[in-house]
Amino acid sequence: MEFEAVIGLEVHAQLLTKTKIFCSCKNEFGAPPNTNVCPVCLGMPGSLPVLNKRAVEYAVKAALALNCKINRYSVFARKHYFYPDLPKAYQITQYELPFAEHGWVEIEKSDGTKKRIRIRRIHMEEDAGKTIHGEGFDENSYVDLNRAGTPLIEIVSEPDISTPEEARLYMQKLRDILVWIGVNDGNLEEGSLRCDANVSIRPKGSKEFGTRTEIKNVNSFRFIQKALEYEIQRQIEVVKSGGEVVQETRLFDSAKGITKTMRTKEEAEDYRYFPEPDLPPLIIDDEWLESIRESLPELPDQVKERFVEEFKITPYDASILVRERALADFFEKAAKAYSGEAKRVANIIISDYLGILNEEKFSVEESPVKPEQMAQLLELVDKDVISIRVAKEEVLPEMVKTGKSPKEIVEAKGLVQISDESALKEIIKKVLANNEKAVKQYKEGNEKQKQKAVKFLIGQVMKETRGKANPKLLNQLIPQVLDEEG
Amino acid sequence: MKLSREEVLHIAKLARIELREEEIEKFREQLSEILNFVEKLNELDTEGIDPKFSVVPPENVLREDIPGLSLPREKTFMNAPETDGEFFIVPKVVKK
Repeated sequence: MEFEAVIGLEVHAQLLTKTKIFCSCKNEFGAPPNTNVCPVCLGMPGSLPVLNKRAVEYAVKAALALNCKINRYSVFARKHYFYPDLPKAYQITQYELPFAEHGWVEIEKSDGTKKRIRIRRIHMEEDAGKTIHGEGFDENSYVDLNRAGTPLIEIVSEPDISTPEEARLYMQKLRDILVWIGVNDGNLEEGSLRCDANVSIRPKGSKEFGTRTEIKNVNSFRFIQKALEYEIQRQIEVVKSGGEVVQETRLFDSAKGITKTMRTKEEAEDYRYFPEPDLPPLIIDDEWLESIRESLPELPDQVKERFVEEFKITPYDASILVRERALADFFEKAAKAYSGEAKRVANIIISDYLGILNEEKFSVEESPVKPEQMAQLLELVDKDVISIRVAKEEVLPEMVKTGKSPKEIVEAKGLVQISDESALKEIIKKVLANNEKAVKQYKEGNEKQKQKAVKFLIGQVMKETRGKANPKLLNQLIPQVLDEEG
Repeated sequence: MKLSREEVLHIAKLARIELREEEIEKFREQLSEILNFVEKLNELDTEGIDPKFSVVPPENVLREDIPGLSLPREKTFMNAPETDGEFFIVPKVVKK
């Protein structure tokens, strides 16, 4: 029998506010333990939470970007459980009336097909603190409450995901959108985005759901795929060997690549939700909603489509350029500043600039290269001042390192293209003398071999001139010199 | 309506308290009494009435996203049963 998986994800995303969701302690990663805490986030008796306005705005912005319907009236609730990093012994979250519902995102699979994953709901809540467990004989756990009260949104998908690959793509898509609109920093290693996965299997084509398990706290794109691949296979084997999948919570062990039981249904939590009496219901009126909607930038998919349309670049190139908002902005400005085809701007960015940035450990934002300078660089090539090879290999890396304009670099390093015919002919003669085999191939070979020999010799001249020879002239001069030499 | 013994034990477990044998029966009585008292509310006909989630006036109370002062550590740890000056220290909570 063939099986298919049914997967739903719950993704927690921290919001990039300056302060926590219910108090004015700083919301920052990496501060010394227990320095960003106050009576509210420590759960001291008598303290009262007050909702952060910007947290609501970021949450609504995210929900709009994920095509959700915004509930004008939503209610906070208490979710009760005991754990040392939850000082109040309840988490303030939303339960029956979340602030957003019925959204969707579209993912694009590796085979190019698109699929819409529906979002059931998004609610606002506070993060818990962090517990570090003592190693070895150390029988203590150490609690840092800096993170307690960090604003979160929990994005709950419908069970529309059918493969581990789709799960990964969905989570990546969420990350791309949240980072793009500036509400999340996308930093999975620091826990800015975390995922729980619900998964079950059923005979292929069946409409019924099997018993599901939940995999907790998977914090990388690779692990979400690996954890689900393992868990689906595990469930299939249980069913095939005549057993039954048990409803339980499982943990992914990334070192071993397996999931293991954390708690069973009998041990399941009983959260005893009830409406939070310390907070009034949240009202999002027309005016507020519209002002948030207006602050929403054009989204990556829309920008991608526009780039293809407006700049005539390929959808593939466009999808690379919209991975990051700063990069898309850079391309657009450079393409507009450039007198030639935008496609060439896309090419040099994708095949050269990104690699250089990576080597120099610069983000697009940190790079000193201005979009106008990228346009100038390509224009120097168009005007035959430098060859494309010199532009990519000599000038661009220097631009990234120094922030100087391409013209300055070309002048200072003496990179101006050699377009003087007699000078080139001298160099060609020297190269021919050193490459008898190629010369022989040219003279004795057929048309195809001739072309090959010329191409090879162009490469040699380029090497000799460190890329400075004018390639168009070489194309013409090399056969000329060869023929002259008879 | 009377709570079962299992229900009492479940509630005790959720509250992380241990009950002696005689307490189980005692709390079974007391908790059941409370439930019976509240049960009266179920006599009201609430057909067509929206649930009320809050008794405060329907008005947002929000703060601006501006950092304020946090506590100095000596105050933070003042009531902590155990600390090393950096962390709250608790018995190990992870299962082996």
